[in-house]
This record gives sequence, structure tokens and C-alpha cells, in this order.
Amino acid sequence: MTELTFARPSLDRARLLRLLQDYGVYAGVLVLLLFDVAFTPHFLSVENFRTQAVQVAPVLVVALGMALAIGAEGVDLSVGSVMALSTSLISLYLGYGPWIAVLVALAGGIVVGAANGALIAFVGVQPIVATLALMVAGRGVALVLLPQLKDVRDPDMAALGSGAVLGVPYLVLIAAGLALLTAFVMRRTTFGRQVLAIGDSRPAARLAGLPVGRVLVVVYVSCGALAAIAGVLATARLSASDPTSLGTLMELSAITAVVVGGTPLSGGRVRVGGTVAGAVLIQLLTTTLIKHDLPPSWTQIAQAAVIVLAVYAARERGRR
Amino acid sequence: MTAHTEEAGVPAPTVQGTGDGPERADRSERLSALAQQHGALVTLVIAMVVASLSFDTFLTGDNLENMALSSAFLAVVALGMTFVIVTGGIDLSVGSLFALGGVLAAWGSRYGTAVALLLPLAVCGLVGLVNGLLIARVRLAPFIVTLAAMLGARGLLLAITDEGSRTYLVDKDSFFATLGQGTLLGVGVPVWITLALFAAGAVVLRRSRFGQYVYAVGGNEDAGALMGAPVARTKITVYTLSGLCAGLAGALNAAWLASGVTILGTGMELDAISAVVIGGTLLTGGSGFISGSLVGVLLLKVIQNVINQIGSLDSAYQQVVSGAFLAVVVIAQTWLGRRRRVL
Repeated sequence: MTELTFARPSLDRARLLRLLQDYGVYAGVLVLLLFDVAFTPHFLSVENFRTQAVQVAPVLVVALGMALAIGAEGVDLSVGSVMALSTSLISLYLGYGPWIAVLVALAGGIVVGAANGALIAFVGVQPIVATLALMVAGRGVALVLLPQLKDVRDPDMAALGSGAVLGVPYLVLIAAGLALLTAFVMRRTTFGRQVLAIGDSRPAARLAGLPVGRVLVVVYVSCGALAAIAGVLATARLSASDPTSLGTLMELSAITAVVVGGTPLSGGRVRVGGTVAGAVLIQLLTTTLIKHDLPPSWTQIAQAAVIVLAVYAARERGRR
Repeated sequence: MTAHTEEAGVPAPTVQGTGDGPERADRSERLSALAQQHGALVTLVIAMVVASLSFDTFLTGDNLENMALSSAFLAVVALGMTFVIVTGGIDLSVGSLFALGGVLAAWGSRYGTAVALLLPLAVCGLVGLVNGLLIARVRLAPFIVTLAAMLGARGLLLAITDEGSRTYLVDKDSFFATLGQGTLLGVGVPVWITLALFAAGAVVLRRSRFGQYVYAVGGNEDAGALMGAPVARTKITVYTLSGLCAGLAGALNAAWLASGVTILGTGMELDAISAVVIGGTLLTGGSGFISGSLVGVLLLKVIQNVINQIGSLDSAYQQVVSGAFLAVVVIAQTWLGRRRRVL
């Protein structure tokens, strides 16, 4: 394989492309950071970095789950609705204390994830359709439980939303911890290997005797649980429950972060570090455009361009 | 998915869209196929009968007309989506293109009906064409390409409306407005246009060479290419078609509302996909039919209407029911499909 590539005259281009695929997202973050340091006023302040990090935390947590689903050659469109469901449940159960409320919210995410996983693994429904059904129904249930915006007044939730350890907000710590956990699971555990094997080829994984159904259910349950955690974090930050708008289009942001981070949509490979960088890149891009007074229309067009570029760069990998 | 559609390049009369093999026309196999094809229609009839028995206001002319009108726009979007899904693709950009088409039509209506219709068709068709080129020639995943187009089109829409703060109005006395608001034989013009488009779409998909190529590409791309189907050109055409349909639906909707509302169309791609899937078209491609999508749209709208009629129920229940319904349909489809393969 390596010799073959060496024999080709286009060696430099191929290697450059691979480098771009593997480290392009980090380079993108670096370039944006340098640009901001040079041209954006008041960028280099601790307060600004803290704001950026807090804003990116929920997206990142959702994107981690999405990376698992995409790595298993699936996708989860229901994450935004799970966030809405989670915020509704918190609001409803806050009377029993914050811990109970958070646990119930998590349970909600796990139930949705289990339903997704069962549909995909045991019934054999395509991931897009299965999670689409739960996306529509999930938001509906969230709105039935809590029809409109409600303030969340609880000292513990407020502390979670705005508190910090050594200047690092809890939200960021939690997101970072979950990212490390996901990276560890994907790299060092049997489960991680099984997910990748299933993503590479489900029939092959089945023939190799892997518990395909069980692993897929766990993948979607994790994805649902992570989305529920993101819902908790967002609720704590906003100190309000808004099931109508919380998490709308979150599935797209999360997929964008994962894809920009270099995880191929065809499954079989998960890049957790890239996903983190992808989420940060999109956040920085949005902030940079906003701080330079470019209208939201430009932000969306720029995001679209970044997505297409990232997928274009990742394209060659599939052909190898 | 289905082996028989691969011979689609040859316009033989035995080739059917759903790929039923005539040789093993076992009775239960035929029943499964029938259920898969017409399950939505049967459900629609049952739902309408139950609804008209339960609510006096359901079978009134006004209510039916309202339902037909509000179905028309989604139906046109679903028509384009059906072609895309039969090729095994997906188009997430239609919701944004629907809104963009509406705004462009409302803006263009001051220059006459021709501009009001052609401008959205041109722009949305162009976006669809770019989607198709990226998917067919550059070989990017349809999901991601059309996702980017969804963001890009929404950005374009914001850019031409002062970040969504300006709403262009359509002159109510113009001919363009009658395209949306006028009636013919007591039925709204958009409904007639939709029916005509569906008739044309059904003929194209079932009876034309292009339609057979669409099935061939969705059934098995490589086999289709070996049979001589122009895979890339077919894909480019279906995405362009989908963009055109979304733009036209947006334009008609703007004529109906007499303004280019900027916040429309979010989530519409999901409604369209749901309708197509409920109508019996498989997301795996290679199998499906146009009339099913119309039935799917109507079914979604009847559910919505019934829930609105039950005044005590929150409109959120509509989403719960639609989602549950979609889940039931895909489970049934998968089950029926598996059964047919085993037999």
C-alpha cells in the first residue's frame, strides 16, 4: 500500500490531502484564532473565552453522541427533540429536587435512545427514518408536558449554569470530561472497537460474531443520554425551560461539527478530537462573523461553505 | 433493493415500480405488496370516515377546501422529494428553498407574473442543479450537500430580506395573486396545479425512459450504469426537479398568502420526507410511486385537521401522533419488505 503510493508521482499531493483531512480542522481553528487575535477587538480576554466555551458546551456534548451514531454508520436526528424533552422534564420534576429532575431528564433521553436503537437494530429501520419519527414525536411530547416557556428558579441549577471552578465554568468542565470519556471509550474499550467494526460493515461484524444489535442499542442510548445532558446544561445556562425552541436545528449543528471534524459519514471511523475542534471551529466562525458586524445571512452561507469544503476534503479518504 | 427494477432501461410493460416479480406471484407475497402500496390509502379512507362520523364539521365544503389548499404546497414539495428518494437520495434543502421561492416570487411580482414565477424557479432550480452536480459528479453524500444547501439558501433568503425583517407583498389584484387565491369550479387554483403536476409526475416516473432510469439508479446504481442508465445525469435531473418543485410551491404559497413570509418552511423537508415514506416509497431507493406521496400528504393533513377539531387537544399532540404514525408505517414497511424477501 505505502509502496504503491510512493511509486506515484502525485505523492506530495496525496500526502498533503491526507494531512489536510487529518489536521485541516485544527488548522482552521488556529487560523481563525490568529485572525481574531489580530483583527477582532476585545478578543483576547478571559471573559470572551469563557463565553465562547460556555456557548459551545451543549453543542459539543450533542456532537459527541452524534459522532458515535455516525461512526456506527447511522445518524441521530432526534437529538434536538431529546434536549427539548429533557428541559421539559427538568421543569416538571424540579419540585422533587434538582438531582431527581436531572435523573428523570436523563431517563427520558435514554428511553428515546432505546426506542431509536430498537427500531434500528431489531426492526431494521434506516437510522434517518427511525430517528426522524422520534424527532417529530419527541418534540411533541416535550410540548405536551410543558406547553410554553417556564423559568427555572433553583439555586443548584443556577450554580450549574453560571458557577465555575478555578475560573473554568462547570458547563465547560462537564463537556470536556464527557469528551475525554468518549475518546477513551472509542480508543481503549472493546465497545469502541465493536462500534467501528459495525460502522465499517454491519454484515461482516455480524459474521464475526459481534453482538450487533446490543452495540447499536447502546450507541443510540448513549446518544440520547448525551443529548439529554446537553438539554440539562442548556436549561441551567438559560435558567429557563423552553421546549418550543431549545434544540431546534441542533441535529444539524452536531452533524456539522462531526463532519467538519473529519469523521466520515460512511462510518467505521470516529474522531473525537476532530469533533471537539469542529464544534469550536463553527462557534469561532459564527462569533468572528458576528463581531465584524456581518449579518446572520453571511454566517449561514459561510457555514454551508465550510461544510461542503470539509466533506470535499474527506471525500478522497473513502476511495483510498 | 429489488432485483427486477434493474432491467428498467428496457421499457418493458412488465417492469413495475415496486419491483414485483411476476414469476413468483405467491398470494401472500402479493398481499404484502398490496399492503405496502395501498396501506396509506386504506388508512386515509378509514381516517376520513372516522373523522366525518365523529365531527359534523369535518365533511363540510369549507373544511375540505382548507385541507386541500394547505396540502397543495406540501404536496408539490413532496412530488420532487419522491423522485429524489426513489433514486436513493434525500433532499434536505427543500424547506429553505420553499421559503426562498416565496420571497423571490413576492419580490418579483411587482414586475409581472412571468418574473414572479420564473425568478423563484430559476434560483431554486439552480440550487437544485448545484446539489445534483455535487452529489453526482463530485460524489458527496446527498445528506450533507443538501444540508449545506439548506443553510446556504436560508442565508440567501436572509440576505435579500434585510435579515428577515422585510416582507415583500403581492398586489392582491394581480394575475399572480389569482394563481394562489383564485378558484376554478369551486376549487382553489393551487389544488388544480398540484393535481396536474402529480398526473405529469406519475406519467414521467412510470411511463418515461427517464422514470425508468430513476428506478434503475435507486435500485442498484452500478447495475443501472452497466445497463446503460446515465446515472449522473439522472441524479442531477432529480435534484434540479426537487429544487424546482420547492421553488414553485413557495411561489404559489406566496401568491396564496399575498406576501413572501420569511419564516416559512423550517421543518418542511421533514414533513415532505415523512409524507413520501408514509406513501410507501422506500428510503433505500429503487421503489416507490407518485400517488402514494399525495396520499401521505393528505394523511398528515387529516391527522392535523382532526387534532385541531378536537379543540381540547394541544396542537403538540399532532406531532406526537404524526411521529408515532411514521414509526408504525416504517415498522410495517420493513416487516412487509422482509417478508417478501424471505418468501
